[in-house]
Amino acid sequence: MINQFGNYSLLAAFFLSIYLVIHLSFLNNFKNFKTKPKVIGLLSVQCFMVIVSFISLLFAFIRSDFSNETVYNNSHTTKPIFYKISGTWGNHEGSLLLWLLVLTIFLLIFIFRSNHLSKKLTNLTLLFQEVIILGFLGFIIFTSNPFSVLFPFPKEGLGLNPILQDPILAIHPPILYLGYVGTSIIFSSSLAALVSNSINKLWVLEIKKWILVSWIFLTIGIMLGSIWAYYELGWGGFWFWDPVENVSLMPWFCLTALLHSIIVLEKRNQLHSWVLILSITTFALSMSGTFLVRSGILNSIHTFANDPTRGVYILIFLLILLVISIVIYFVFKKNIPEKKIQSFLISKEITIMTNNWFMMFFLSVVLIGTIYPIFLEVLDGSKISIGPPFYHKLITPFLIIFLVFMSVGPSIKWIKDKKFKIYYDQIFLLIISLTLSYLIIIKLGQSYLFSIPLLGISFYLFFQTSKDFLKKNLNLSQKISHFGFAILILSILLNGLLSKEFSSNMKLGDERKFDNKIMQFKNLETKNYSNFKSLIGKFEIIGENNKLIFYPEIRIYNQPLTITSEADIITNFISDNFLVFNVLKEDGYFNVRYQHKPLMLWIWISVILISLGGILRLFDQNER
Amino acid sequence: MRDRTKFSILIFILIFVFIVFFKGLYKKPTYYPVSELKKIEFNKKIRTLDNQNEYSIFEITNNNFFLVNIWASWCAPCRDEHKYLVTLKKDGVDIIGINYKDKVSNAKNFLEKLGNPYKEILIDLDGTNSIELGAIGVPETFLINSDSKEIIKKYIGPIDYNKTVEILEIINEKKI
Repeated sequence: MINQFGNYSLLAAFFLSIYLVIHLSFLNNFKNFKTKPKVIGLLSVQCFMVIVSFISLLFAFIRSDFSNETVYNNSHTTKPIFYKISGTWGNHEGSLLLWLLVLTIFLLIFIFRSNHLSKKLTNLTLLFQEVIILGFLGFIIFTSNPFSVLFPFPKEGLGLNPILQDPILAIHPPILYLGYVGTSIIFSSSLAALVSNSINKLWVLEIKKWILVSWIFLTIGIMLGSIWAYYELGWGGFWFWDPVENVSLMPWFCLTALLHSIIVLEKRNQLHSWVLILSITTFALSMSGTFLVRSGILNSIHTFANDPTRGVYILIFLLILLVISIVIYFVFKKNIPEKKIQSFLISKEITIMTNNWFMMFFLSVVLIGTIYPIFLEVLDGSKISIGPPFYHKLITPFLIIFLVFMSVGPSIKWIKDKKFKIYYDQIFLLIISLTLSYLIIIKLGQSYLFSIPLLGISFYLFFQTSKDFLKKNLNLSQKISHFGFAILILSILLNGLLSKEFSSNMKLGDERKFDNKIMQFKNLETKNYSNFKSLIGKFEIIGENNKLIFYPEIRIYNQPLTITSEADIITNFISDNFLVFNVLKEDGYFNVRYQHKPLMLWIWISVILISLGGILRLFDQNER
Repeated sequence: MRDRTKFSILIFILIFVFIVFFKGLYKKPTYYPVSELKKIEFNKKIRTLDNQNEYSIFEITNNNFFLVNIWASWCAPCRDEHKYLVTLKKDGVDIIGINYKDKVSNAKNFLEKLGNPYKEILIDLDGTNSIELGAIGVPETFLINSDSKEIIKKYIGPIDYNKTVEILEIINEKKI
């Protein structure tokens, strides 16, 4: 019953969408005042239909209605209610429905905010956006319908993958999708502005808010994914350069570049075509991200479906959208205002452009690392795997130069700054930073070449951005974001340099000594929960003047049958202590791994600071 | 003119990338679980469904190759694959069933209705035996060599026609 409800409202939304695309194509630029309320009405109905079908799926999950194939494949009666709800979008079909829901809601928000924009611009944005919605509706209905019915219906479902049963992962996809979907508005609106010849200040101010919103959600979404990987996967790291992680990072690089270059367009009326190209690229990357993750072309822990028809659909849809946008770009290129404004070498414009070029470089590295293996396998048949060393080696040297520009860039003035300003306090700071870095690296006995300048310049950026808080001329949001970034780089580096690890095979009652510390396996108990069995160990690590007690867990889930290790992590502002244990084949022995990871908490705090800067700017922008 | 060249190059690159992705979608899944070709060190004696005997999986058949099939009466895909198991039995393949987290009465009903392809059925009430065999869910089927005690092939998910053909090919080839 509830399945039919969801299915039919989805179909209704589909036909409405076809009508809207035709209607919007033939509208005479909203010259008739009656049409806009009508379009708003139709869009609201469409949004309502999608909400109805989303809620139907939600109810099917809550009530464990196994006549629904999606519910059957991804849920189980013994699952806690919270994960039944998050199970709604924890699978391929449901997550697409969520994507569609956000698309329709964002479009409604856009049209309600569009009063001051030109009618032609609004009309075209709606048209492009509606084409995207139509594409997604078709994708859902024809290749991955969440309301497929099973008959006779099974009594029990197959269960949600236990590694996905985590509160952070329940909110990670929706947040990330808000970011992805925001880029679609930027895309449609940029194309519309190009066609309707309205690349002007009003448009820039409106689009800047969408860029900020997408960027904030994307940043937080990536961070949540990373937190999940750290706490749940139990590998002790927070970023693995896994293809699916990379896929979310690529639009972020692009969006960050866009966020900076739109300021040049706003303040200096330059870089029009660059902003347009970035808008199109950002959306293309978000979409191909969906393609890469959802088609199963990548082998990764995140991919479930291996149905090629789904991949083919997204691929063709993406191809059509990109060809259309490239054609539009070249046909309407004459609408881009061409102003030959000379930029001086030492000016804010140039430093922002430098930021953009670095972003593009990082983007290319990640892009090549992610899709080159696919290319090679198709063209040559050979398999390679690209891991962290590739990214670290290629990014590190350029990161040093990037950080130099980031330290000095923000204080340089627009148009033209004085040629050589030598501030002695700056040089003093730089010397202090490099010395500090030199001392740390020497003490640790690491290799010199890149570590000393990299750590040194990170300290310099940290001092510089902290000092910026004293200046009055810069805006607060930028200071906070850049300060957050400085802490991020610094904590990642120090974390990498100062981490320690110890692992050993132990059985109950064993004791191991390492680094003046003693690790003891004190106790092991078994507990039964509704959907899993749990082995809880008690370990003590006794140092010179402190004692840490860990309770790591091994969980044996029944539906589907999976064993996971839950690390016990003791967190404070200085460091994380991480202990995880696994079952070994031999009787009674467990593999125990202890990690000391300094400044982990600061990685999350810094990302929150970075996005906080964005949020502040957004409110600031709205007030103006 | 310069624009036209740029345009053509862009479209060309785009189409090239898309052809590669398209081909990539249809590439054969070359991903195998780590446990492929793993030696089984699982020799525990398990009670049978009729509750009369206890066997380890290697004591049931004398054939060089046999299948271990993990199934349950409540599992819908198991129902789908069942007819293929029955045909495999007709072709002389010995199948050992592991009845996963099931009620004995339901399991017996299931077999009465759909036929019994199994040489012997072992029960696994709490699912631990299946874990030790390296299974991750139901249905799952292992092709095992009795001499080397190795898993030759592991099928996650239901058996279908193509897989039965593959199983028979492997068994017949290796016999010669």
